[in-house]
Amino acid sequence: MEKKILKDDNDRVDGILKVTGQAKYFAEYELPGLTYGVLVTSTITKGKITALDTKAAEKAPGVIAVISHLNKPSAAAYEQEGGPQMKIFYTDKIFYNGQPIAIVVANTFERATHAASLVKATYSREDFNTDFEKALKDPKAKKLQGQADYKRGIENAYKTAEVKLEERYFLPIETHNPMELHGIIADWRPNNQLTVYAKTQGVKATQGTIANVFKIPMENIQVNSEFVGGGFGMALRTWPLEIATVMASKHIGKPVKVVITRMQMFTMVGNRPAAIQTIGLGANKDGKLTGITHRAYGETSTYENFTEGVVNMAKFMYQCDNVNTAYAIVPVDLSVPIWMRGPGEATGAFALESAIDEMAHALDMDPLDFRIKNDPETDQQKNKPFSSKNIKEAYKIGAEKIGWSNRKNKPGSLIEGPWQIGYGVSVGVFNANRGKASVKGVLKADGSLLLQSATSDIGPGTGTGMTLIANKLMKIPVNKITFELGDSSLPPAPSQGGSATLSTVGSAVNDVCVALKSAIAELAANSNMDATANFVDVLNKNNLPQIEVTKESQGGKERDNYSMYSFSIHFVQVKVHALTGVVKVSKIVSVGDSGTIVSPKTARSQMLGGAVGGIGMALTEESIIDHRYGRYINNNFADYHVPVNADVPEIDVNFINKPDPYINPMGAKGMGEIALIGFSAAVANAVFNATGKRIRTLPITPDKILA
Amino acid sequence: MINFQYLRTTTAKSAIALLVKDKNAKFLAGGTNLIDLMKRGVTAPEKLIDINHVPLKQIEQIGNKIHIGALASNSAVADNALIKEKLPLLSWALQAGASAQLRNVATVGGNMMQRTRCGYFYDTEMPCNKRQPGTGCGAMEGFNRMHAIFGASEKCIAVHPSDMCVALIALDAEVVVANAKGERKMLFKDFHRLAGDTPQLDNNLKADEMIIRLEIPVNNLAKNYHYLKVRDRASYAFALVSVAAAFELSNNKIMDIRLAMGGVAHKPWRLTASENFLKGKEATLSNFEQAAQLAMKDAKGFGGNDFKLKLAPNTIIEALNLAKSKA
Repeated sequence: MEKKILKDDNDRVDGILKVTGQAKYFAEYELPGLTYGVLVTSTITKGKITALDTKAAEKAPGVIAVISHLNKPSAAAYEQEGGPQMKIFYTDKIFYNGQPIAIVVANTFERATHAASLVKATYSREDFNTDFEKALKDPKAKKLQGQADYKRGIENAYKTAEVKLEERYFLPIETHNPMELHGIIADWRPNNQLTVYAKTQGVKATQGTIANVFKIPMENIQVNSEFVGGGFGMALRTWPLEIATVMASKHIGKPVKVVITRMQMFTMVGNRPAAIQTIGLGANKDGKLTGITHRAYGETSTYENFTEGVVNMAKFMYQCDNVNTAYAIVPVDLSVPIWMRGPGEATGAFALESAIDEMAHALDMDPLDFRIKNDPETDQQKNKPFSSKNIKEAYKIGAEKIGWSNRKNKPGSLIEGPWQIGYGVSVGVFNANRGKASVKGVLKADGSLLLQSATSDIGPGTGTGMTLIANKLMKIPVNKITFELGDSSLPPAPSQGGSATLSTVGSAVNDVCVALKSAIAELAANSNMDATANFVDVLNKNNLPQIEVTKESQGGKERDNYSMYSFSIHFVQVKVHALTGVVKVSKIVSVGDSGTIVSPKTARSQMLGGAVGGIGMALTEESIIDHRYGRYINNNFADYHVPVNADVPEIDVNFINKPDPYINPMGAKGMGEIALIGFSAAVANAVFNATGKRIRTLPITPDKILA
Repeated sequence: MINFQYLRTTTAKSAIALLVKDKNAKFLAGGTNLIDLMKRGVTAPEKLIDINHVPLKQIEQIGNKIHIGALASNSAVADNALIKEKLPLLSWALQAGASAQLRNVATVGGNMMQRTRCGYFYDTEMPCNKRQPGTGCGAMEGFNRMHAIFGASEKCIAVHPSDMCVALIALDAEVVVANAKGERKMLFKDFHRLAGDTPQLDNNLKADEMIIRLEIPVNNLAKNYHYLKVRDRASYAFALVSVAAAFELSNNKIMDIRLAMGGVAHKPWRLTASENFLKGKEATLSNFEQAAQLAMKDAKGFGGNDFKLKLAPNTIIEALNLAKSKA
């Protein structure tokens, strides 16, 4: 029997390609003469390479080259003073354990792997510290301001409040660990022409970074990255390992492929930095917040600073006249972090939304009522109205669906055999961005529409969203619309990050469609056709095979007048085993308030993925380092626990789906980050409701419940 | 290249003959652990003898014993009707281990031979007496959340990671091993070793021997049983603590009982004192609690794993509760 694939207009445009293995990822490109690079990494944490013996590796079968700081292949920018401290192969300094110090290129991956094991480094060692908490306590250790201090009203007003609390929250390092390993294929050809197949969240960013390092024109560099097997932020920059691969290709004059190992994923492509946060909250006895203080320390490296928006949310999420925040970063001898989904806001929301729950408990109030009571009408930080905000409606929908009325305010009240049941809620919020992007549209006489932009799709379904925007405006069936991306030669678009792609690129798609429609209308008028005539007839009548339009699009003054944010509410029910300390998330209801939902299926998938990531952040994920050696202990998929199917209950996803009148023509706000932001606090709050135990250190593993 | 010879054989006799010829030869069965160890540089055998085609996959009852060939896959045993009927505890323990994909290729013999999952053992840049005797124990004062609370030595505090072996020690299994001269039988409880002064040795299998089969006596423990594995996520994670519990009940009186723990020692850990206490007693919560406390005599934490001192007895109690409520 022939199997039929049931399709509808909201399906992922590349879904079948992905599930049938036809989608081609960077590592799958076979280039003539392709060679394989494997990185040699430092086994000490800090110091200098005093000798590097590459002879055995060079003599090993199949080896083409061993590249290191000893033979410094040409990279114009690295030959100059200044720039980054950790210029790969232009320094003998070791900044962290696992730093790439050489690349071995051979004619097979296995031979390169073996030869890499033959490279012997000798070091002079220096004292180091990889322990963030230790650095924080050490008065001599460096602390750098990560964001300007913020103050509204009285500083630390919570200290004199009728009801007050001050608590400390700890988040360990998390590693993105997308399924697809990182890497790149670089093919440097004569006349400084370079083609790369990359795993990147921004083909234009990769193109620009490589152009800067090697000082060649952007136009000489072609970056391809059509399919990406998950990024979560780790592919938002071009890492030293990618520069090393380009160097290697330039050096040997052949294409070089590097795919790093799972272990190297912990040290070469960033992580969510550890954070220690203190929240002070004050309220009057009626449950109105009178003071919020949020102080955070984030981990960074010694060779590069990394900051993120950990304390942003405290400034505007709740109505409160007295708010102050501070954020500092603390360098340790580890590799530099990078944004991980939800980025700093997810870190901050864990602390703030836990503390809000703690305050509600201190006031003997329902935490949902407490949030509603302190929900602001306007953004007090920016002193502007919100462009759209339906958070009270979202609270109501979520509360009904999770069965919030079953919750008891007194912790430990609901028991089911050995299981204690609890309910938790939290809010997520993230800036609703809109950047600048260009899209080219080609409307053809065969009835099809081709759209092109150098944007990316790391999984959310960019092509699907763009197709649906065009479908709605042009009334062209989705199977007649093609959206091309992941190619640096297409009209420019920003990197995929900060939940901005649909808003930014989608607006350009909108503008292109509007322009194409008016071009057709004009052609119709000029050829005495009805204004509503089908574009195929219009093109045929004018003997035109196609018309094309390229539009650059960006927002206007609306952002001066309104505060724009996307919101999410996460409700969870947990079961905590009283004897074994096992926590099961048994029910999830997430409500997204992010304007119009353009692509319902992929939007739902975003919320699903956010909830799964949230379970990981709350219950399982932690990158563990032995600080005596500066090395990771659990740098593999058996020991670094991402949630498995059995950890994930059914997730009830809901959207308010009301257009934001100001942000962009679709009325759509981003939602990739809010799917995760706040989720971990909802779990921690539910665990408290179930057991009376407040866990302020993630992840909430059985040992912490039993402690 | 780290060259190794790959050989394949189809009889136990020839496999043993190949093994004794070379000091640095190893059998390759499912390879789910050995290949990882080779990739990480923890072990580098010069000869791999693929025994997957040796006909040792039988699962059958002979007399009052169930025989399981050393090369039966973990999933073949777990899903076998005879095992499910007569030794359901073993089936449950197997299903709690690894993932479906791993269980499909991992074998009974390989499961017994798997090495510890201690992170220091796998990282050749860190000290480990098990991997390289004399270098010290990285876990002792390092990350030891997963480590032993019973029978640890100054040299090594690693745990044996198997779930299957916890059920096997509870079920009084015997192991039949063979060398060129013939077969010998040992009690399963004597198969694995404590670390002592020789943490590099996981078990008492001799260098010229091959595991042939298990023999497990049929019992009356197929009604009230449970394998409870407490771990950091619901599947595909090693046990923080696991408990195999099975008993025979008559008018709520415990006629016979088996209790064993995993994730707590260098070998699967039989709880004989607890069994002796419960035998002949009522299956009550209070008796379960007393039995659990008895099991903890001589337990010792190393900091990161101190929580197991509480988790272990709790897990014993809950496993007994669940076994009792099964009927």
